[in-house]
Amino acid sequence: MSGRETVLRSVRRALGDVPGSESPDDVPVPHGRRVDHAGPDVVGLFIERAAEYRATVVRVPPSDAPAAVGRALARTGARSVVLPPGLPEDLVPEGPWSWLEDVPPLTVDQLDAADAVITTVATAIAVTGTVTLDHGPGQGRRALTLLPDQHICVVRVSQIAPDVPEALNLLDPYRPLTLVSGPSATSDIELDRVEGVHGPRVLDIVVIEDA
Amino acid sequence: MSGADNVVWLGTPAFPEAAREALADTRLRANLRRATGTIRDKRLAVAAELDDWEELRETAATIKRRTLRHLDHHLLRLEKAVTAAGGTVHWAADAAEANRIVTGLVEATGEKEVVKVKSMATQEIGLNEALADAGIRAYETDLAELIVQLGGDRPSHILVPAIHRGRSEIREIFRREMGEWGRPAPETLTDDPRDLAEAARLHLREKFLRAKVAVSGANFAAADTGTVVVVESEGNGRMCLTLPETLITVMGIEKVLPAFADLDVFLQLLPRSSTGERMNPYTSLWTGVTEGDGPRDFHLVLLDNGRTATLADEVGRQALNCIRCSACLNVCPVYERTGGHAYGSVYPGPIGAVLTPQLVGVENAASLPFASTLCGACYDACPVKIDIPEVLAHLRAEAVEAKRRDRLLPTTEALAMKAAAAVLSSPKRLAAAQRLAAFGARLVAREGRIGYLPGPLAGWSATRDAPAPARESMRAWWRRTRTNRRDKGRTTAKGKEAR
Repeated sequence: MSGRETVLRSVRRALGDVPGSESPDDVPVPHGRRVDHAGPDVVGLFIERAAEYRATVVRVPPSDAPAAVGRALARTGARSVVLPPGLPEDLVPEGPWSWLEDVPPLTVDQLDAADAVITTVATAIAVTGTVTLDHGPGQGRRALTLLPDQHICVVRVSQIAPDVPEALNLLDPYRPLTLVSGPSATSDIELDRVEGVHGPRVLDIVVIEDA
Repeated sequence: MSGADNVVWLGTPAFPEAAREALADTRLRANLRRATGTIRDKRLAVAAELDDWEELRETAATIKRRTLRHLDHHLLRLEKAVTAAGGTVHWAADAAEANRIVTGLVEATGEKEVVKVKSMATQEIGLNEALADAGIRAYETDLAELIVQLGGDRPSHILVPAIHRGRSEIREIFRREMGEWGRPAPETLTDDPRDLAEAARLHLREKFLRAKVAVSGANFAAADTGTVVVVESEGNGRMCLTLPETLITVMGIEKVLPAFADLDVFLQLLPRSSTGERMNPYTSLWTGVTEGDGPRDFHLVLLDNGRTATLADEVGRQALNCIRCSACLNVCPVYERTGGHAYGSVYPGPIGAVLTPQLVGVENAASLPFASTLCGACYDACPVKIDIPEVLAHLRAEAVEAKRRDRLLPTTEALAMKAAAAVLSSPKRLAAAQRLAAFGARLVAREGRIGYLPGPLAGWSATRDAPAPARESMRAWWRRTRTNRRDKGRTTAKGKEAR
């Protein structure tokens, strides 16, 4: 007998007490939220909470977005910057940087040597200060936002969902998804929080009004 | 503690003995007190931020209970969805079968090295050892798991496996061992956590970049879409889930949720309960394989290994609600003093005390259900409302029952209980026993306390002081002072003596 049959048979044997008339959906689960955790100023809350996780957050008008991205790059002294396919050109600053396009795909060593990456996001979550990537156009495949030391992401105000349930609702489960809250961190040594372990050491978030 | 071979035993003695050794280790106790104290305060603060915290817990518990009652149905839906998304699903009845499946999958790639995401399930089945036997080296990439692996050690906490190590010990381990496994630690390494984390980053980066196969666990899997979820902090998880060509995920069958939409509740509860954060730094969700992004081959291994035995117990099955957040460890007065190794398996603390005996059979971990004060702090902290004290009491009865079955002669404890039942069921016998106890107490008590009892009672008295029984029992006093006073003093309806 295969492992599959063995496991399924054991499961069914273990559930002898469940009446045959009971269906898997018989117990309704309340998914509605009783309480609004976000309050009236969703954008303000997102900025505050993301900053609490040591992300550097700025809010600028759309025309100032490339300059804000440029300031973030200048702050860390980044030189080579990855641009995912489909990133809007009006987010890319003029300046002394060498741009790396992911077409054809960059090797892991090239990505590892790059200093920074600029992306858009799929959605963001105010209550938790999270940005969510679905790795579509403007965000690039997952490795692009993983290996460079600095991740700069541009969030439009209309993309900020109040809380986790609303954000999950907006996402396509069939795409690879990454929820990012601040730079990578660990508390593994004496539960003392340290930022910048394996993922990007620096997370910059540029919040812009919708154009 | 051992006897069953379906979980990894840490090679420690049974809990009472292991705990005695741990209690004598002052450095361990200091590390634990500091660490658990820190995280307790954080958890309370972020849980208090959500006014519907209790409602969320209730919802999560309901979802888990409902899923477990129809586990076969949801597992089949999960299998179908993962397969449709380009993944391959395997089923493993026990640790040996799971290890065989994973080893076979790695061998098929021709690789001799794998990188690993922190995973309780693979710790439980001893996957690294099984791979080593096949000549395959598994590299742990979570910082704490790396500390444990380099130190030739075992995890002692679900969330922070190296909680028993202080920073200076970690520095020594890194300096001594890193060179054996890859890039050595820098000469100038200090014991500052930032410095230690940086050394781990450099040591592991080269491994991530060349890894072709990764092994992970899973926090959740949604049956409707086939989406698998890994929740982490460091980014090592993202590295393993993204860069290699082959990804093998080992998941306990109880981790399945009916729907992608159910994740919202758990993604609110888990980070807050676990690390005391509103959200952990990185959560990765993937569904099968994606063209041009991430692994080309995805294998999901569904693991039973004693979970269906746990499911068969109507009281004990709630232990399968566990989302491995470790909140129960951090609030437990026993765990805080003994540390995780005393619990004998990779699942320490209150959840270990109810999970391990059920995974291996209570007769193989008979002391664990007793490794608790039943104070209930764990139940209050549990985000999925596992009534751990209830399960502990239930397992205690089972442990006693198992012991009785195995013996020809009753235990001292059983005899004592029998005698107590006989005495307490008759007023005459109770009075006689009380007189005897009062007399005996004068022989053994010192300053009103009994510190030591002779013979078979020594085991009981060795770990506790008991107050000496009163010279006169309540009932004897009542008789002596009240019997001939009917005419003098009468209790009125108001309960005051008439004068």
